[in-house]
Amino acid sequence: MIIDTTEVQTINSFSTSGFFKEVYGLIWIIPILTLILEITIGVLVIVWLEREISAAIQQRIGPEYAGPLGILQAIADGTKLLLKEDLLPSRGDIRLFSVGPSIAVISVLLSYLVIPFGYRLVLADLGIGVFLWIAISSIAPIGLLMSGYGSNNKYSFSGGLRAAAQSISYEIPLTLCVLSISLRLEIGRNDQVVLPYDSDLDSSTVDIVEAQSKYGFWGWNLWRQPIGFLVFLISSLAECERLPFDLPEAEEELVAGYQTEYSGIKYALFYLASYLNLLVSSLFVTVLYLGGWNFSIPYIPIPELFRINQMAGIFGMTIDIFITLAKAYLFLFISITTRWTLPRMRIDQLLNLGWKFLLPISLGNLLLTTSSQLVSL
Amino acid sequence: MILSVLSSFALVSGLMVVRAKNPVHSVLFFILVFCNTSGLLILLGLDFFAMIFLVVYIGAIAVLFLFVVMMFNIQIAEIHEEVLRYLPVSGIIGLIFWWEMFFILDNETIPLLPTHRNTTSLRYMVYAEKVQSWTNLETLGNLLYTHYFVWFLVSSLILLVAMIGAIVLTMHRTTRVKRQDIFRKNALDSRRIIMKEDGRDLSRREAYIYNEYISFGSPRVSGFETSGGA
Repeated sequence: MIIDTTEVQTINSFSTSGFFKEVYGLIWIIPILTLILEITIGVLVIVWLEREISAAIQQRIGPEYAGPLGILQAIADGTKLLLKEDLLPSRGDIRLFSVGPSIAVISVLLSYLVIPFGYRLVLADLGIGVFLWIAISSIAPIGLLMSGYGSNNKYSFSGGLRAAAQSISYEIPLTLCVLSISLRLEIGRNDQVVLPYDSDLDSSTVDIVEAQSKYGFWGWNLWRQPIGFLVFLISSLAECERLPFDLPEAEEELVAGYQTEYSGIKYALFYLASYLNLLVSSLFVTVLYLGGWNFSIPYIPIPELFRINQMAGIFGMTIDIFITLAKAYLFLFISITTRWTLPRMRIDQLLNLGWKFLLPISLGNLLLTTSSQLVSL
Repeated sequence: MILSVLSSFALVSGLMVVRAKNPVHSVLFFILVFCNTSGLLILLGLDFFAMIFLVVYIGAIAVLFLFVVMMFNIQIAEIHEEVLRYLPVSGIIGLIFWWEMFFILDNETIPLLPTHRNTTSLRYMVYAEKVQSWTNLETLGNLLYTHYFVWFLVSSLILLVAMIGAIVLTMHRTTRVKRQDIFRKNALDSRRIIMKEDGRDLSRREAYIYNEYISFGSPRVSGFETSGGA
């Protein structure tokens, strides 16, 4: 049997739902550009939020000169960094030096493909869903290693190695927590447990959010997987290289780690990658644990009032986006507050936490999840 | 078109792995080979395997290679005219590979090959996969953990052996290194560890001044005279 599979046909098997499947050509670019615009504004908002919340914690006023309440501070910083001189180390590896920040940013930006802001508001409803984020975030350490190596500076190099070691150590508890969530059972009609070949229990993010929509607030995965939530929180903070896992940027020890020799727009790319990573991690926390776009106060039929059916309704979509962002803000607030609350961990403490503490706990969480599903069968 | 772009990038990157002078560049081209192969797997419809390639090969194996290559001072090889002495044996092996490739290739899609057969390619849809299709993950799980579970267990044993080997190799000399116990260090109190010259312990005031010296470099308390070792 000879099948002439064209490229379109093979790529079709990569996705499960088909709102955009019939629309080819340049029209693809509009949702992507919209999402990029949203993300950019999101980063500006996060930078402002971080400064205001940090200021409030430290009992001072944050930025106040750039725009009202300092809203334009992030744009001012970006413009300054754009106009700075782009220094290159004279005997470093110039190509690796230049490509390194780009790889860090690209790997983070590609993860936004699978985040659902609403039922149909996802760029690519892939069958492998969350696993795309896990896979693409595994490419980020390569960028860090390239930046550290290309800087021709042994402290940058050491910082790059440590950052890569940190990244790969915390990927495993992250992946195991995501795996525990993907092992959900669906209670179909008649309270029968749905067997795997009856429906698509894949890692699709839309399906993960849908599985949390039944009981409102109590349907969140947070209650089904509390240990997993904590491990995921810690691991994603470590992946984003935020305090308390800030060692690659530690100022006394490694100057600025792998970012030491960077100036101008390349430094801005690292800065951007850090906040983009934070945003994507917080969005994944809401999708995986906090119920995504579901309006989580049970027994209030407000969503149904504003939606004619589940598929249409601009106002419904806006509410969905708003709810997702409000839940993401929770994680952002937690991570910004943690930055000024906990002291920085040393590299051996960090790696010990990842390999010797979080990995066994996440394995135990997986075991607990699977055994509790066996019991309920 | 995507197929030809990805395959040609994969082939060129593979060539550059061998030809790059700097070993770090060599490993980075190796990573590029895996990225392109991952794309080819997506084209084949194996999305899960593409992601596994990214996680395992690029995220773990290539990072491992990079750690090794970057940390060891491997001299950059200069490729002079001496490359020709490899030609006889490598030429024979290369020709054998070429012959094998022509033997295996799907001939209809490369019309200019000398082995091209004159058949028209049929195009039709596989309707069976539209009725009910399993995801890659379900297919893999249904086979790997039921019919072929022995292979799964054996491969996990191999990885266990590798892990134990690594621990044995690196733990060999460091079992007697004295380690710091942070909690014990923090619990030490200056009053108990510092003794003055005449054998007395520090009084509370002296312990306080000692702590001030340690923390701030000079005692902040004004009006205190510190004489000798008081």
